[in-house]
Amino acid sequence: MSFNNLDTLYRQVIMDHYKNPRNKGEIDGDVLTVDMNNPTCGDRIKLQMQVEDGTVKDAKFEGEGCSISMSSASMMTQAIKGKNVDEALEMSEVFSRMMLGEEVDTDMELGDIESLQGVSKFPARIKCATLAWKAMEKGVKEE
Amino acid sequence: MDVQAIRQQFPILQQEVNGHPLVYLDSSATSQKPQSVIDAVENYYRHDNSNVHRGVHTLGTRATEKYEGAREKVRRFINAASTQEVIFTRGTTTAINTVASSYGREKLASGDEIVITPMEHHSNIIPWQQAAKATGATLKYMPLQPDGTIRLEDAEETITERTKIVAITHVSNVLGTINPVKEIAAIAHKNDAVVLVDGAQGAPHLKLDMADLDCDFYAFSGHKMGAPTGIGVLYGKKQLLENMEPFEFGGEMIDFVNLYDSTWKELPWKFEGGTPIIAGAIGLGAAIDFLNEVGMDAITEHEVKLAEYAMEQLRKIDGITIYGPEKRAALVTFNLDDVHPHDTATALDAEGIAVRAGHHCAQPLMRWLDVTATARASFYLYNTEEDVDRLVEGLLKTKEYFGDVF
Repeated sequence: MSFNNLDTLYRQVIMDHYKNPRNKGEIDGDVLTVDMNNPTCGDRIKLQMQVEDGTVKDAKFEGEGCSISMSSASMMTQAIKGKNVDEALEMSEVFSRMMLGEEVDTDMELGDIESLQGVSKFPARIKCATLAWKAMEKGVKEE
Repeated sequence: MDVQAIRQQFPILQQEVNGHPLVYLDSSATSQKPQSVIDAVENYYRHDNSNVHRGVHTLGTRATEKYEGAREKVRRFINAASTQEVIFTRGTTTAINTVASSYGREKLASGDEIVITPMEHHSNIIPWQQAAKATGATLKYMPLQPDGTIRLEDAEETITERTKIVAITHVSNVLGTINPVKEIAAIAHKNDAVVLVDGAQGAPHLKLDMADLDCDFYAFSGHKMGAPTGIGVLYGKKQLLENMEPFEFGGEMIDFVNLYDSTWKELPWKFEGGTPIIAGAIGLGAAIDFLNEVGMDAITEHEVKLAEYAMEQLRKIDGITIYGPEKRAALVTFNLDDVHPHDTATALDAEGIAVRAGHHCAQPLMRWLDVTATARASFYLYNTEEDVDRLVEGLLKTKEYFGDVF
């Protein structure tokens, strides 16, 4: 393996989300807030979600971490906005399977998330990619 | 010291990782094991495996002789007065917990103080937090200088007559700072406090002399000095250990068991409840033989030179921040501007270079440094200047790679 193979991990779209994170910031008012960190590496995320009638109306995040964890958070917020909670959880399930390197057969529109597929080849980095999704799951399950 | 000959004795180093010869720069996390240690453990299991201190049979005698022989090797290695002062534990963490529990929780009371430093590894923080909570004692931190060193004036100031325990690392696993533990022990003793030294990063790299250091407890792990995981040592002064209750109760550590109470074996066995870590101790003995053959002074000298060379070369990289003092042990902790350390470590791994990235089990120190994570290259006797050159090359490529994609 050489640096060329790093491209399977660090895809352009990932780097774009890292550099220009979508939905970064805080939501005003009384919304669902989840703080989560990855104790093995120190990455942390604060995820806020505005859930109305079972639908994720808005999602924003703040956090510190590597390109994988932060781009994944950016993509996740983008993906779940407008989805209902069940769809968001299903998407999280699909994402987890993708991280395990499993063939994912779904009708779901995955969009940018698909660019993280390469993470499955770097087992040490899977937890970086799943941090934001774990935070989302925790939040909606507590709701 | 012939590093190439030394490298030949570490089979794991003779491999390629991701198409490149392995450069292992994570010995502060765990060191690699020489063939002699692997052989010692294997031979024990092939020929001598038996429980110790009980069997009358031949294997039992051999296992006991080897196990206790390893204890004598440790005693000589650290220059302890007696093997009664050498307790085998699972590692540094268990050794510190033994003291925090059997000494700390017994002797501390409300109003007493425990003094530690912000550069401690979690394993030398949390046992004291818990002991403080359990007894009402106060946990106090010695201040650090901006370069991550401790001034003796500050130690004098922080350690008072209320201080009962001072717990400090010999060598910081992040900053590489070598602390003046002998001087700090003297300050503690002046205040009738005891000193525990976390030697996890000291024992593998520095010649130890308990009589000279005059600390009360010294804890270290085998796996960072060529031995297997799961074996460590708690050194303690005999008169302190004698007045401490055992940490774990069960087989192996008892003298006489009645229905409602029991008495303990003498030192060191009263602290070794359960079947001991026999193969681990024998492996540690073999690791000590190996280190002695090379010579601890030669190892330190080699590592100091290597750390100096690494600092000199790494500093040439534009946009690198190096943490810790100039005079340091054999490790360099750093960050590249605009590249998260995990990304740095993943990129280096693609080049066959193993470094650590993260908080290094030192979250309070990360906050002191005002970072969430760092990358760390740590060296041992088998590392060379070529390894440092490969690291520098790898970092330059990493910068270029992430510079391009950004």
